[in-house]
Amino acid sequence: MTSTSATSGTARWTRPWPRLPVLRVIARSVLGAAATVLAASFLIYAALSLTPGDPVDQIVGQRATPEQRAAARAQLGLDEPLPVRYVHWVTDAVQGDLGRSITYRQDVTGLVEPRIATTLTLVALAAVIIVVFGIALGAFGGMSDRWRPVVSAFVGVGLSVPAFVSATVLIGVFAVKLGWFPTFGAGDGFVDRLHHLLLPAIALSLGWTAYVAQMTTAAVREQAGKDHVTTAVGRGLGRGLVFRRHILRNAALPVMTASGLTVAGLVAGSVIVETAFSVDGIGSLLMKSVTNKDYPVVMAISMLIVVIFVVVTTLLDLAQTVLDPRTRTTGGRK
Amino acid sequence: MTTLALPAGRAARIGRSVRRADPVLLAAATVCSLLVLLAVLGPLLAPYPPSQTDLLAASQGPSAEHLLGTDSLGRDILSRLMNGARLSFMGPGLIVVLSLTLGTGLGIVAAWRGGIVDSALSKVFNVVFALPGILVAIVAGAVFGGGFWAPVLALSLVYTPYVARVVRSAAVTERRMAYVEACELADMPAWRICTHHILRNLLPIVLAQATISFGSALMDFGAASFLGVGIQPPQAEWGLMVSEGQADLLDGAMAQTLSAGLMILISVVAFNTLGERLGSRAGGRR
Repeated sequence: MTSTSATSGTARWTRPWPRLPVLRVIARSVLGAAATVLAASFLIYAALSLTPGDPVDQIVGQRATPEQRAAARAQLGLDEPLPVRYVHWVTDAVQGDLGRSITYRQDVTGLVEPRIATTLTLVALAAVIIVVFGIALGAFGGMSDRWRPVVSAFVGVGLSVPAFVSATVLIGVFAVKLGWFPTFGAGDGFVDRLHHLLLPAIALSLGWTAYVAQMTTAAVREQAGKDHVTTAVGRGLGRGLVFRRHILRNAALPVMTASGLTVAGLVAGSVIVETAFSVDGIGSLLMKSVTNKDYPVVMAISMLIVVIFVVVTTLLDLAQTVLDPRTRTTGGRK
Repeated sequence: MTTLALPAGRAARIGRSVRRADPVLLAAATVCSLLVLLAVLGPLLAPYPPSQTDLLAASQGPSAEHLLGTDSLGRDILSRLMNGARLSFMGPGLIVVLSLTLGTGLGIVAAWRGGIVDSALSKVFNVVFALPGILVAIVAGAVFGGGFWAPVLALSLVYTPYVARVVRSAAVTERRMAYVEACELADMPAWRICTHHILRNLLPIVLAQATISFGSALMDFGAASFLGVGIQPPQAEWGLMVSEGQADLLDGAMAQTLSAGLMILISVVAFNTLGERLGSRAGGRR
């Protein structure tokens, strides 16, 4: 369920432009991405304002007088209709003000900032694992008949293990039984942090590694069956050279798209892994804020996740357009 | 290739029967049926009531009375596993039914009407594609405070565009078929062509999509419960059991987490395999 609009963005146009200048393509994707983020933010904002509980109760308590309640209401800006509040939120958010946390009585930006580094470290670590192992496994699976069943078994299982299951099993085996890794926390300093985050990163990367391996196997096998590869082998080029020059280069585009999509999805997935390992990143902050009904924080982190997702998928879309000129033309020559 | 010597009709028939006897498909279908049976009958067959606590027998290992041991409240893990099958399957099942109904409808409408309707729908879908499923489930949990319906409705909403996209692209091909034109010339109303002909021809694809969606719905629904925005204690559900077992994990008791995790894994593998095989058969028929 991950193949989002990476390709549809460029293939959708039906107008018979012979060639679409790159600048126009970029402008269109950026506008489309901005519209998507705006629409998504309105959806989440409206959903959160539907909530049955009254946020005013949390600030002034149940026994406040109607006047106190009205004052708190006006202070929060809740006396205005939803669209007005939403526009306020957006204009503030664009200027870097994400509102105030109700539970922490602190600016959301100040809460999120120190934690986002932890989350991004976790995501980066997982991304490295995914790209290295996913592509390596996929290349093995695509090139060697002996490895293919092993790789496809790994793919089948890897795609079917939810992150929360792999996380808890890894904690049970490697942190508790064997004691090789700490069971929770994010650690201080570079080496300690790596030590703390390696297990969460493995849990986070398992399913996506399988996905990238699957895509790489398919792309390598497709290229390996093409004429130019047969010609290269016939010319007597070595296996390694044929693989590097002819197969890997042509297989790179789908593999890059698949890897990029995984990185986009990792931030949302890290919510689960951070909760399982009690890593103090934005994911576990999100879950704590959901429990505390701290909606400004929920809103801010949700939007952060959506923005990262949209930015990465848009960049992928653009990278594809720049790297592969064929995707720029539609009706014209191919 | 000995089949070349056979008459074309016979070769095709043999090819079909070989496909029909696909052992992997059979195995996956058997496991899936057993799992569904477990979801239906599990609560009746379980040796203990799922919420019966016995603090004297808390955190025990496997024994004759408790085949998988007990959790920290002394509840029988096997019984909770068998009872949990019902909620663990009912949630994803409902997600699949809702998203499939809505997605198939929207997909066919987009393909049939084309033009503005099609591009408007695809714009709406693009917004939903930007929302990761688990995030929507979390927001729904924040608004409605967890439970059964919040993750079910949230995930149905997220899954709908994926179904709609698959159905739309298949329906666009179907729309161009000669039989559709024939029906139109025969003055058949559009909704009737859609339901009686196009939908019926798309059924294999829809079915394959349903099975694959069930696998990911199972994972996402379990994740919602694990995060505390889905099924709430003391109910039994596999994702929740993984989370409850995490506390015992630190004492080295892995039975609950492992068994619930394994049930999820087996279910997802079985349904994914079934969906993949059904999908390639549906694709092969065209």
